[in-house]
Amino acid sequence: MSTISRDEVARVAVLARIDLRPEELDRLAGELDVIVDAIAQVSEVATPDVPATSHPLPLTNVFRDDVPVPPLPVEDVLAAAPASEDGRFSVPQILGEE
Amino acid sequence: MSAHATVDLVDYDEAVRRYDPVIGIEVHVELGTKTKMFCAAEVEFGGEPNTQVTPVSLGLPGALPVVNGKAVEYAIKIGLALNCQIAESCRFARKNYFYPDVPKNFQTSQYDEPIAFDGYLDVELEDGTIFRVDIERAHMEEDAGKNTHVGGSTGRIHGAEYSLVDYNRAGIPLVEIVTRPITGAGERAPEVARAYVQTLRDIFRALDVSEARMERGNVRADVNLSLRATPESPLGTRTETKNVNSFRSIERAVRYEVSRQAAVLDEGGTVIQETRHWHEDTSITTAGRVKSDAEDYRYFPEPDLVPVAPSRDWVEQIRATLPELPVARRNRLQGEWGYADAEMRDVVNAGALDLIEATVAAGASPAAARKWWMGELARYAKTSETELAEIAVTPTQIAQLQALVDSGRINDKLARQVLEGVLAGEGDPEAVVVARGLEVVSDDGALLTAIDAALAAQPDIVEKVRSGNMGPIGAIIGAVMKATKGQADAGRVRELVIERIG
Repeated sequence: MSTISRDEVARVAVLARIDLRPEELDRLAGELDVIVDAIAQVSEVATPDVPATSHPLPLTNVFRDDVPVPPLPVEDVLAAAPASEDGRFSVPQILGEE
Repeated sequence: MSAHATVDLVDYDEAVRRYDPVIGIEVHVELGTKTKMFCAAEVEFGGEPNTQVTPVSLGLPGALPVVNGKAVEYAIKIGLALNCQIAESCRFARKNYFYPDVPKNFQTSQYDEPIAFDGYLDVELEDGTIFRVDIERAHMEEDAGKNTHVGGSTGRIHGAEYSLVDYNRAGIPLVEIVTRPITGAGERAPEVARAYVQTLRDIFRALDVSEARMERGNVRADVNLSLRATPESPLGTRTETKNVNSFRSIERAVRYEVSRQAAVLDEGGTVIQETRHWHEDTSITTAGRVKSDAEDYRYFPEPDLVPVAPSRDWVEQIRATLPELPVARRNRLQGEWGYADAEMRDVVNAGALDLIEATVAAGASPAAARKWWMGELARYAKTSETELAEIAVTPTQIAQLQALVDSGRINDKLARQVLEGVLAGEGDPEAVVVARGLEVVSDDGALLTAIDAALAAQPDIVEKVRSGNMGPIGAIIGAVMKATKGQADAGRVRELVIERIG
């Protein structure tokens, strides 16, 4: 039973900024189906009294003191920037807002 | 885009007669911690670009976040001040989206488990009405970096050739406070919205969790608004006006959206659920992107951070440190001082509350403290275009000044001259009195000399007073006050004049 449609794969691909070819959409719809089915099986086993696990470690409240450390030197910050100007990252024109 | 298109608007009063506005407000407050939410980069306003970043701020591969404990404490403080429940356990979540100011391609936030929930805030409106706003949740998250758009004529995104990004702000701790739909405000919806955000701002300052400066973007509001036919109708479709960053704009943005949506509905149209941008310069909103569904953000639990489970002991310790909140303090002070409601409102609006409290603490009566700060000093602040709190006189000096009046050493008129001297930097009231020789002439001998001179100069008045017409006596007193350069006690002069004539 196919639960993931080709359109859904296309939509998620857009959200994740992944450029997929038509044949990849078909293939991934099938592969994601298998994954979703596998998770559905787990859901059948899980009962309401078993809380979902988001963290495998039995740890809580790992905090840091509010004490500053020296920052990364600005040359290092910008070292991996494809382009920069006046100490800032230069990025292409931003579209789709406003 | 649509910024310059003409938009139909219905007159506001007309709109609220026919539609019931429902608002919802999201407020982001930047916490005043020394370091960021998930890394120890120092937070300092106005630093050179990208000088307050670490690998975590930049989302570099392998960088691991660690929660700032102080930020959690501040978030709990805010939650408690808003009468919220504090979660026994909560976790962070990733909110995934692509935008250059979010270097990790996700914002670390909280989704299904906010640290605080189910609270309320009582907001006082201008006429003293208390309006209760229900709080749905307050959650922890991080701020984004700052884009500067280059090219184009206006510096806005539209027409820009490229953008420059500074990540100093990326990762600064934020608490986002979300209301439940605020109903029942009716035509006062704009005022309620403004008063709510203003009250929050006051609370952030009282809690000392943020500098809460609107003009620096420490507090930012997103205002949701929808209209429905009647208070019994289901909620209408809402728009979310982003980044309305002054109290005045909050009020105006609500009014504008009421007028705009009413026009859309009047024409039988439907309001589009979308983000709208507030334009400070033109006081209008324009359409932004159609709002994403929550599922488009593909939230999932942040695997790099373990849950936050504040012990009940810790929560109670924090609760015990909560200062008296502004509304409670105002009510207490009003009771102690015996001010009328209108007097108290004027004092608060003038920013004189702290000053009067300090003046009273320094020994002045509440009535005298109010008289000075709301009278002479308020006028002085206005003419010199300064804030009351900024003028060059301290509450202690005002209390000293009043003590001089109460002891009879100076009268009200002289007190104003003494105040002039204090404001001119001539020292404390006592020093000004001595230096300027402003003491009341209490020596009867000196007064009598002046009185005799005045009586001799105006014999006709003496006659009138002798025949029982007390009216003209003021002219004699005036002449004596003039002769003593105002340094006489007018009451004593009157007594002496009557004695002399009598």
